[in-house]
Amino acid sequence: MAAEALAKVATSNHLIEGDVIYFAHGVWLRDLARAEVARTPEEADDLLRRARAFPHETVGVELVDVALEAGVPRPVHFREAFRTRGPSNYFHGKQADHV
Amino acid sequence: MYKYTEFDSAFVRARIAEFRSQVERRIEGGLTEDEFKPLRLMNGLYLQLHAYMLRVAIPYGTLNSAQMRQLAMIAERWDKGYGHFTTRQNIQFNWPKLADVPDILEALADVEMHAIQTSGNCIRNVTADHFAGAVAGEVEDPRLTAELIRQWSTDHPEFAYLPRKFKVAVIGSDADRAVLRFHDIGLQVVREGGEIGYRVVIGGGLGRTPMIGKVVREFLPKRDLLAYLEAILRTYNMSGRRDNKYKARIKILVHETGLEVLKDRIEAHFEAQKRVLPDVNPAVRARIAEGFVAPALSERPAAALSMSPALRAFVDTNVTAHRDANHVIVTVSTKGIGTTPGDVSAAQMRVLADLAERYSHDELRISHEQNVILPHVHRDDLPAVHAALLAADLATANIGLISDIIACPGMDYCALATARSIPIAQQIGEAFADLDAQHDIGPLKIKISGCINACGHHHVGHIGILGLDRAGVENYQLTLGGDGTQEATLGTRTGPGFSYSEIVPAVERLIEAYLDLRQSREESFLDAYRRVGIAPFKAALYEDRDAKAA
Amino acid sequence: MTQVIDRTGFIADAWAGVEAADLSEYAGGAVLLMPVDAAPEDAVAFFEAAQMIVIPFASSADGRGFSIAAALRGLGYRGHLRARGHVLVDQFRAALRQGFDDVEISDEQAARNPEAQWRTVALDLSYQSRLFAA
Repeated sequence: MAAEALAKVATSNHLIEGDVIYFAHGVWLRDLARAEVARTPEEADDLLRRARAFPHETVGVELVDVALEAGVPRPVHFREAFRTRGPSNYFHGKQADHV
Repeated sequence: MYKYTEFDSAFVRARIAEFRSQVERRIEGGLTEDEFKPLRLMNGLYLQLHAYMLRVAIPYGTLNSAQMRQLAMIAERWDKGYGHFTTRQNIQFNWPKLADVPDILEALADVEMHAIQTSGNCIRNVTADHFAGAVAGEVEDPRLTAELIRQWSTDHPEFAYLPRKFKVAVIGSDADRAVLRFHDIGLQVVREGGEIGYRVVIGGGLGRTPMIGKVVREFLPKRDLLAYLEAILRTYNMSGRRDNKYKARIKILVHETGLEVLKDRIEAHFEAQKRVLPDVNPAVRARIAEGFVAPALSERPAAALSMSPALRAFVDTNVTAHRDANHVIVTVSTKGIGTTPGDVSAAQMRVLADLAERYSHDELRISHEQNVILPHVHRDDLPAVHAALLAADLATANIGLISDIIACPGMDYCALATARSIPIAQQIGEAFADLDAQHDIGPLKIKISGCINACGHHHVGHIGILGLDRAGVENYQLTLGGDGTQEATLGTRTGPGFSYSEIVPAVERLIEAYLDLRQSREESFLDAYRRVGIAPFKAALYEDRDAKAA
Repeated sequence: MTQVIDRTGFIADAWAGVEAADLSEYAGGAVLLMPVDAAPEDAVAFFEAAQMIVIPFASSADGRGFSIAAALRGLGYRGHLRARGHVLVDQFRAALRQGFDDVEISDEQAARNPEAQWRTVALDLSYQSRLFAA
């Protein structure tokens, strides 16, 4: 059932701010929880193709694995977890923006 | 320090105007990221994990108070109120926005600073001994050479598209405080029969394949420096590998070609360059020399100091002898207990600027060990300097001790990192928070890198820590016995790595083992390691752990 | 087709249609092609015969051509030097300063980088010319 286990989101950094962004149905958002999730290789290809259509809003687009908790995407790799939060030595970045 | 000529200013302003138009074209859609990326990198602008990062050069690590205050202003106006001093005498701002960067570069130009060639496959910011011009035993101030090389290498038409980045360091005495033998080119100013020249080392480096540089010329007359550098760079540019980014540094060329063969090629190019390259314009040399005239030090004899215990501890570790007996060199630690190595807040920058202006002939230095130096302080001023540092949380008396750790930004900021470095440094600092215990442990250099590129110099730490990603989990490898000084030694790996939660206890076991086996308090960790070898340390690392697991 | 550019802007190619002979097969023609992995000294014997030496730029990241050009000039070549291939607008100034007379780019690149972009390249500001001025 490998195809069902697949879950990917498209992520990038914002051209002006540089901060981490996620793609969802034609718009780029700051919050991973609201990102659009691809569940099959075909959906992943399509997601990446659509996400790459914003070269003047994004800097580099890539697909990353996520885990779904009650349908909500969460980071799998620790690097992606840091990208959703910010640095660990100061309360800066996304963790502060959410307050 | 060196004052910009009209040419320097015009050049830097022209580069900013060019970059401003490139940023505008990128934002408006006239440039793609593929086209823009090499242009922003040429101007020191990276995209990191959470934001852009601007790397600003501090040539040969020298700053004046006006420059430090401007860095504080930039940190507050366009960043989050702090800057990060790096192992290459640069300062990095972690949170600039793309549209603001041209304005930041203008603010830097206002105080004669820039971010040119702080990235890319070119000749990078030239580094030098951070005690240059202040310490005894120098043949000559290495910054005279470093500034000449800065000018020669800036926008050099031949060497902007090298196989890989290229780093040069310069020292002026036998004591190596600039990690000379781990640079692509290391220059030591030497004197031979009354003539000043250079001992030239090439092919050193850390990273994936660490190598100790080799002497390619025992004595190079001073006037031949640029022709010889052009010969080395031309040899490298023509023959360095371009098929594999991990084999593209000059150290690999030296290793694969052999020093003697390469030396012949360099000498052949050198003979050709000597014929065609004119001498350096004496007016340029004179202008540089004016910039590094030794400050007029007070001749007032130093009075005997009555020192508080805190000041005494500070003097023991953070104060180094000056070439003038009435003066000292003060090293200000950025490694307070639990702080981030290399990070200095805007308020602290202003305190340092004030102290430099009042007590150190308006000079500051940034060391590759990520500390800040007041190079010319009169002994009588030590209590006042110490008190001001204390009030600014900058008086930690730990230079050269276990908590004076080098750490790269690691995965808290860096897009290339494979693991975090900063929290490991913070936790080691906290584990050994007791300064008396640190003094008891004695001289010890811990260096931490968050990936194989080794910005944290882990190979030359007495204890080196390398953070890796092992199957999606942070894992830390240890190396022991490294040394970045004139004794140049690469550390030896101990064995399997440790998890994020295991690495600090592992370091604690190394220290316990050292304290058990040292012959006296005078035998440092490195000396003890050299005497007994790695075995007892491996036993402490792995047998104890295995015993506990059993 | 290609476009030749010198410090005056887009120009007609004076050697249009002349076949360049690779250094390894060179037999005295007007145009010699100098591979970037060859030793510049090996071309010295042909300096009189070759009216033009062409140095290829396979990628804009490969800066070997800048060193080859300087080496050829240093060895005494006084003929025409041309950079052919992927030369960026940002590299034009460096190419001229290293002794190239012109660069030859693809028509496709010429369309993306029209003449105006090349003509606005500032040619006068340089640390090196200042450093070595007598």
